[in-house]
Amino acid sequence: MSTPTPIAGPESRRKPEVQKEDAMWLQKELINKNYMELARARGEGRKVSATFVPGNLNELLMCFDFARSLPETNALQNGMRKKSGKFIMDAERDGQSEDVCTYVKADLGMMMGGEIGPTGDPLPTPDVLLLSYTGCFTFMKWFELIRHKYGCETVMLHVPYQGDGKIAPNMRDYVVKQLQENVIPTLERVSGVKFDIDRLREYMKESQKAEEDLVAVLQSAKNRPSPIDGYFGAVYYIGPIFTAFRGTPEATQYYRVLRGEIEQRVREGKGPVTPEGELAEEKYRLVVEGPPNWTSFRDFWKMFYDEGAVVVTSTYAKVGGVYDFGFRHDPDRPLESLAEYCLGCYTNLNLPSRIDMICKYIEEYQADGLLINSIKSCNSFSAGQLLILREVEKRTGKPAAFIETDLVDPRYFSAANVKNRLESYFQMIKQKRTAAAH
Amino acid sequence: MRCFIGIDLGSTTTKAVVIDENQNVLGRGITNSRSNYDTAAAIAKQEALVNGRFHLFRQALASSGALNGSLEGFLAQLERDFRLEQYLEQLADLEATCQRNVGTAKFGDAAKGVTAALEEVFRRLSAEAPRLFAPGANRKSDFFRDIAGSQYLAVGETVAKEAGVRYDFLLNVFDRSIIEVENRVYGDSIRRHLLDALERTFRALPETAGRRDAVAEPIRGILDVPMEETYVIGTGYGRARLPFSKEHIRSEILCHGLGAHVMYPGTATVLDIGGQDTKAIQVDPHGIVESFQMNDRCAAGCGRYLGYIADEMNMGLHELGPLAMQSTKNVRINSTCTVFAGAELRDRLALGEKREDIMAGLHRAIILRAMSILARSGGIRNEFTFTGGVAKNEAAVKALKELVAENYGELTLNINPDSIYTGALGGATFAWRAVVEEGKVAERREKA
Repeated sequence: MSTPTPIAGPESRRKPEVQKEDAMWLQKELINKNYMELARARGEGRKVSATFVPGNLNELLMCFDFARSLPETNALQNGMRKKSGKFIMDAERDGQSEDVCTYVKADLGMMMGGEIGPTGDPLPTPDVLLLSYTGCFTFMKWFELIRHKYGCETVMLHVPYQGDGKIAPNMRDYVVKQLQENVIPTLERVSGVKFDIDRLREYMKESQKAEEDLVAVLQSAKNRPSPIDGYFGAVYYIGPIFTAFRGTPEATQYYRVLRGEIEQRVREGKGPVTPEGELAEEKYRLVVEGPPNWTSFRDFWKMFYDEGAVVVTSTYAKVGGVYDFGFRHDPDRPLESLAEYCLGCYTNLNLPSRIDMICKYIEEYQADGLLINSIKSCNSFSAGQLLILREVEKRTGKPAAFIETDLVDPRYFSAANVKNRLESYFQMIKQKRTAAAH
Repeated sequence: MRCFIGIDLGSTTTKAVVIDENQNVLGRGITNSRSNYDTAAAIAKQEALVNGRFHLFRQALASSGALNGSLEGFLAQLERDFRLEQYLEQLADLEATCQRNVGTAKFGDAAKGVTAALEEVFRRLSAEAPRLFAPGANRKSDFFRDIAGSQYLAVGETVAKEAGVRYDFLLNVFDRSIIEVENRVYGDSIRRHLLDALERTFRALPETAGRRDAVAEPIRGILDVPMEETYVIGTGYGRARLPFSKEHIRSEILCHGLGAHVMYPGTATVLDIGGQDTKAIQVDPHGIVESFQMNDRCAAGCGRYLGYIADEMNMGLHELGPLAMQSTKNVRINSTCTVFAGAELRDRLALGEKREDIMAGLHRAIILRAMSILARSGGIRNEFTFTGGVAKNEAAVKALKELVAENYGELTLNINPDSIYTGALGGATFAWRAVVEEGKVAERREKA
């Protein structure tokens, strides 16, 4: 769900050279490294796990030496590499309906084309499917399809929804109990590695450090001008931590470098680096709700860049974990904090909590308003978004706007329409400002 | 005099509005958008300025009283004569272009015959021209391409037969030439055309010839005052193609909001149903957009839906509304999908439902879709202004009135006969505000 690494294709030949921060190149190396590890896993006799981004238990999986694949990330990587369109159509030809989540279809289509991953390296079939977040019903069905295809072991962690907007002790206990009684024994059995809780603690110490730096990076957008883009840029930043790297020393190092770079930008009063170059003048500051579109990622970002719009923060940058309100992985309470991590993931929050979070963002980041990118594929995000929009408008008095695209189905990105809505929205903000000044 | 101009580049037509220092509308112009937005913008603007001249003539002549009682008749004749002058010039241009294009076409030995046939075709077209612009003449369109095109096709066929020239050669030359001619702007000829037209009008209305000086003087006076393009704002789908800088471009949502506010200052909610999109806009008491919603991904329930239905029914677009108004029974059409509605339409016909009842159901289906977009934008508040091409359709308006009353109670519904110019009017008002309120100076027009 979170780790774009645009590559040179026919597209980039026509366009000017992509501009990136050093940390972005480092991030790309990390992601590619994971694909290489997956490609070599079979030869090295390593077992392979597959799991989803929200509420992922990376530290736990590392305790069993699994090579770690993330199907959502594979789908979005294929989206950015312009491969998903064909995969989706292949999956549809195979009987998947037009209404099925396009991440799922991109994944199924990729599998149908022989197990080759987004980077062109082999992507091994998983030995175990770990479903650690059940708030997205589609995830469950997705793994059912993979299980059906490969006959691999599935282990499910049922995560209760935060219906009352808080994590009750019995919810946490329930998740911990499942970890102890079901998840850990299954992973031990599949991997043949005995669980060592001290190993888990060590990984969590690394996680904590990385999380601390990530929060500092994301919150640097409270500066004016913001040194980062908290949506388009943030999807690069969250890449390592929301996928196979949280808990590794590489991730810790990555976030240290990144934080250093960003703090330097703050000192120099610089704006964010975008693929089109550094943003010279920050004209609009936005909060965005919902995932980005991956198939036209650069064009989509450019629509903001061209108008001088910076996304100061986004809910999507919290999709793998909401850290800005204090949660950290805690080596002293390893299983409990894994449970809290799963329970606290953004799409597991109820609508009032999401609304509170967005209103708080608008205030703390001094944003001009809220933009919702509603995703055809994603019920977890999309359900209730109009209600969120109305409520945030009412509470903050800031204008909000609504656009619709899709994750990885290129057929659902209508550039002219999106651009039209965005320009109208930016002009509306400007007009309101002028009116307020009079 | 200072003029403030708004240009709305739509997918089918391009509209322009000119307002003066006091925000009075001087003129409105419309043209087909063709493939060249730059020309479409130039021509719509020119049309609006011409229309503005006529507005000023009317004012001047009304105050001088020179044509007491016959002012409107005189101006109508003058406008027809002016159109005729314009048409004749374009026709001459088209002939020259066609003849030149014969030279580069590969007609072989037939070229000579084609040249002669073209001369004959254009001789007849010129001879027929005054009839086209006679009082009460029924022109299907005011666009040169349409008028000249339909004439050329008819006359060309006859001439080809008589002269023994292949008709498709004539068509080929026309197709290659019309775009060139259509994309020329005849801005420099306007003054001359107006003065020539004035002579024609005096001849056509001999009773006014006696007041010649009293009439011609104010007209010349107005022609001598330049209409200065003080500030231009562009909007609409083609706006990115306008050779203006960003400062001169506004989104059509803002322009429609402001335009509706200028037409009806009490406007709080605007619904615009155009050819390819439906917009629901909420504006504040100053015409500033507070929020908006549009159809995304799917153009179901837009104006084009009616166009498609008209084709399915083998009817003209403007005939649908009146037919639906004769309905006596509610037939439910569930689909707002343009293509599915076609299937549903045939299904209802097969079930023996009456055409007018089905038509009424289709109009209601469009409005239901608009109601859902309105709800998304925050509902309908008083006053409610309906704009866009579909606002001209009485059956759509009727369905809207019913559904608004059912869902929101009684409120004021505004529909302006000039609602097609709403976006351009908003643009012109933005131009006025930029200069008068914000003290901006027009930037130099950049090369496209």
